[in-house]
Amino acid sequence: MLTVDARLSRGEFALDAAFSAETAGVIALFGASGAGKTTLVDAIAGLVRPHEGRIALGDRVLFDSGAGIDLRPERRRIGYVFQDGRLFPHLSVRGNLLYGRRFAPRERRFATLERIADLLGLEAMLTRRPGTLSGGERQRVALGRALMAQPDMLLMDEPLAALDVPRKAQVIDYIERLRDEMGVPIVFVSHAVDEVARLAGTVVVMAQGRVAAAGPAADVMARLDLDPLAGIEAAGAVLEATVESHDAAYGLTLLAVPGGTLRVPRLGLEPGRRLRVRVRARDVSLATAEPRETSVLNVFRGRVVEIGPRRGASVDVAVDIGARLTARITARSADALALAPGRAVYALVKSVAVDPASLVQAEQDDI
Amino acid sequence: MALTPLEVEAIMLSLRVAGWAVLVSLPLGIAVAWLLARYRFPGHSIVNGLVHLPLVLPPVVVGFVLLLLLGRQGPLGAWLDDWFGITLAFTWQGAAVASAVVSFPLMVRAIRLSIEGMDQRLETAARTLGAPPVWVFLSISLPLMAPGVLTGTILAFARCLGEFGATITFVSNIPGETRTLPLALYTYTQVPGGLDGAFRLMVIAIVIAFAALVASELLARALRRRLEG
Repeated sequence: MLTVDARLSRGEFALDAAFSAETAGVIALFGASGAGKTTLVDAIAGLVRPHEGRIALGDRVLFDSGAGIDLRPERRRIGYVFQDGRLFPHLSVRGNLLYGRRFAPRERRFATLERIADLLGLEAMLTRRPGTLSGGERQRVALGRALMAQPDMLLMDEPLAALDVPRKAQVIDYIERLRDEMGVPIVFVSHAVDEVARLAGTVVVMAQGRVAAAGPAADVMARLDLDPLAGIEAAGAVLEATVESHDAAYGLTLLAVPGGTLRVPRLGLEPGRRLRVRVRARDVSLATAEPRETSVLNVFRGRVVEIGPRRGASVDVAVDIGARLTARITARSADALALAPGRAVYALVKSVAVDPASLVQAEQDDI
Repeated sequence: MALTPLEVEAIMLSLRVAGWAVLVSLPLGIAVAWLLARYRFPGHSIVNGLVHLPLVLPPVVVGFVLLLLLGRQGPLGAWLDDWFGITLAFTWQGAAVASAVVSFPLMVRAIRLSIEGMDQRLETAARTLGAPPVWVFLSISLPLMAPGVLTGTILAFARCLGEFGATITFVSNIPGETRTLPLALYTYTQVPGGLDGAFRLMVIAIVIAFAALVASELLARALRRRLEG
């Protein structure tokens, strides 16, 4: 059980966050930029000292302003994977991995170099220097380094934020393996819905320095009232798109996205401009035969990747069309169409459903 | 051209004086640079000023101050003599002290720059891995500031080799004891027929200085390669 209660203020920003969560699996700290997620994990790690509060992991009290307890970061046994990796440039990958090992009590050592290298696919790069690694490789080494310190818990502050889409997918696979195989509780900071949806069992939504909601992922993510608080559309997918051309006659813009062309209401952007399109799950429908004579302009061929847990009458179905698209359909339809992972489907996206406000220009995005 | 015994003596003495001066002042230089780079405290500017003073004072003044403080009758000199039997005035150890004081600002400046240019977030990362602060310093900070430490050491060493004013004022010009290469060269220029000897020492001085520069450049390159991978 992780119990956090932290209050501090810095200039305009005030953090007043309290939650407690079971530490099985991944706890996601979810919210828009500036919501106080990083400050909160820094407080858990001991890098930021709250003015008041109490932070405990199981029966180990890490911070308690009332009792005058404030363990130094090196005493907390909390691993931290930073957004930018922060590998030691003068040490080899092996040196980085082994750095924290000597400080861990011998009887608690659960991670060996062999096991971590195997789990994260690092065997081939042990003798290399961090400077020669790609961004994705660096984050994998950072994950391994934090684990080799044999921590009681692992904090990850947007570990995928600095990566491009394919590398993101790769690193998230590895995080999933860690979650399933190492048994170390993880606190995962993110403002990306798909990451949170994929990894977290527990979600803590933060907004303006406060905890807006906390609980099991399925319950929290289904609460559509949290969208404005989190500043994010909760269920949906983000597509990397490039402006292809404009259809002046019908007032449409054609966007090249993975898997095809997406027609949306006309945008005032130059062809060639890159942007991200967020497609809400409830705006995507599925068909198992190629739809003809439909009003829907955007039809993508794809395959079902995964079917989410049922929430009330609906389920979310993840479809790979070259990128991941989420469709929220009724459980009845899912059964009627006999949807299962691997099944070929057509995903239909209504053009008018793509809200211009959901288009984020890549240059302006803080990802 | 073979070196004469006198030349060998001056060279070896110079290297010994400069070597010890740098070796002894290096830990202090790192400590002072760290203090100035990382901490803001009352008297910061005063410490900074004191460290840099030998850079702007005439070396003769430095030598004279050392003579007053560390000479046998000086307050510090008498204490060192009474308690430890250490005499600095008119000894090669005194020459090393004079060189160390004069070269200290150069060393501190170079090291401080490298500390200020270091990514402190790496130290934070090391602490989250369980490393206590002293270990973080030894295993992360020190290796990362190594290029600056190297530059500072070479600069200081070169400055020590060239030290003249403070040395001759504090420890005089005693053959075999305090007559370093610059002092030997100066001595040659003061006697009739000494120009040949002076010329030879000049060439030697240039060769040593150049070798030191090349060596430091090679070392710095190797260090950078290590850091950048």
